[in-house]
Amino acid sequence: MANITRSPWLLHYDGSSCNGCDIEVLACLTPVYDAERLGVMNTGDPMQADIFLITGGINSQNQATVKQLYDQMPNPKVVVAVGVCACTGGIFKECYNILGGADTTVPVDIYVPGCAARPQAIIDGIIQAVELFQKRSDDYKAMVKEKKRRG
Amino acid sequence: MNMGIVYAIAYIVLAPFVGGFLDGVDRKISARMQRRVGPPLLQPFYDIVKLFNKETISVDSSQTFLLLTYFVLMLVTGVMFFSGSDILMCFFVLSTAATFLYFAGVITSSPYSSIGAQRELIQMMTYEPAVLLTCVGFYLAAGSFNVNEIASTGTSYIFRLPGFFVAFVFILTIKMRKSPFDTSTSHHMHQELVKGITTEMGSKNLALFQITEWYENVFLMGVICLFFVNGSITGLVISLAVFLLVYFLEILIDNCCARMKWQDMLVITWIVTFFTAGVNLVILMVIR
Ligand code: SF4
Repeated sequence: MANITRSPWLLHYDGSSCNGCDIEVLACLTPVYDAERLGVMNTGDPMQADIFLITGGINSQNQATVKQLYDQMPNPKVVVAVGVCACTGGIFKECYNILGGADTTVPVDIYVPGCAARPQAIIDGIIQAVELFQKRSDDYKAMVKEKKRRG
Repeated sequence: MNMGIVYAIAYIVLAPFVGGFLDGVDRKISARMQRRVGPPLLQPFYDIVKLFNKETISVDSSQTFLLLTYFVLMLVTGVMFFSGSDILMCFFVLSTAATFLYFAGVITSSPYSSIGAQRELIQMMTYEPAVLLTCVGFYLAAGSFNVNEIASTGTSYIFRLPGFFVAFVFILTIKMRKSPFDTSTSHHMHQELVKGITTEMGSKNLALFQITEWYENVFLMGVICLFFVNGSITGLVISLAVFLLVYFLEILIDNCCARMKWQDMLVITWIVTFFTAGVNLVILMVIR
């Protein structure tokens, strides 16, 4: 199976957050943490992304958007929830418009806790996501092969 | 002619590797300029392998066909150039290839992709005068449009065509999709057009686009070398050195500049073309 763990492209979506986690996500790409050395690229385009990075909770207005972005990503794909808000709803949980964490809308694979999540933790989360991504990719290839065999 | 076939086959086989490697060098140097560690040199190849392993979602099924045509025409361009045929014809085929890229962009009807495609056309309009003038310059200097004959006259053209060279290097920034002229698409994230003309290209289609870009870059570098070859080994060494220098210059410009509006791009490029290639042309015609 081809080793595809070296090129995880991210799609970052900012839900109902305070923007703290988003700044930390961007910090991952700055010279200090330089996530690109691991092949990480922040594409703004769901069609080209492998890992869906969500910061902030889900509210009634952004739920449809998050769902659509997830659906637009080609298989195999992995979802990472960054920050307490994306994990559970966090500090905004009790607000009238908040539905909860990202897992209320899309299947979250990796949870990165913290308020705000530290860049180290985010990069660690991405690396765990990459391992899962490789596994999914192998499964996906096997599935495609199986489909072809059946015709 | 036999040598021509060898060169053409070498181009088909080697160009994606050379192009991909240059892309890796580009990303590494860019990262160092920004004081980052940067991705490994082979990163572009990892990306391609990954893209080929993903599910293909395309908004319109004809997109793959259009991109394939773009790819094949780009291949034809390079093969014609390296096998030593008409340089004017090479650039015509290149323009046709770019037109197919335009169609691949607009067919998706995504607003980002469509605007990117329209800007691609504007870019063509911007660099086409310089490209055509370069061909004319070679004709005036060598008496032939034929790459084979141009390359084998035994003198470097840079002394007679310095203006054309400057014009061509200037438009190279547009062709290689570098800042400040990366209006139609960009390798960087979060632009106003998301990913411009490539927004709706995913997995295999994007990989195809990327590989075509590598072929194109190698072809363009071939044209740069054509200014310096004179049939001897020293000429070859000098042309390779210049080619690396120009490539580095493009990376430097890319990292120093913010993107421009297309209006400015058009005006500036045409002015530069007029004052370099145009003046050179007049001088060439007077002296002859
Ligand atoms: S987890 Fe904390 S820092 Fe992150 S978005 Fe929520 S409130 Fe802001």
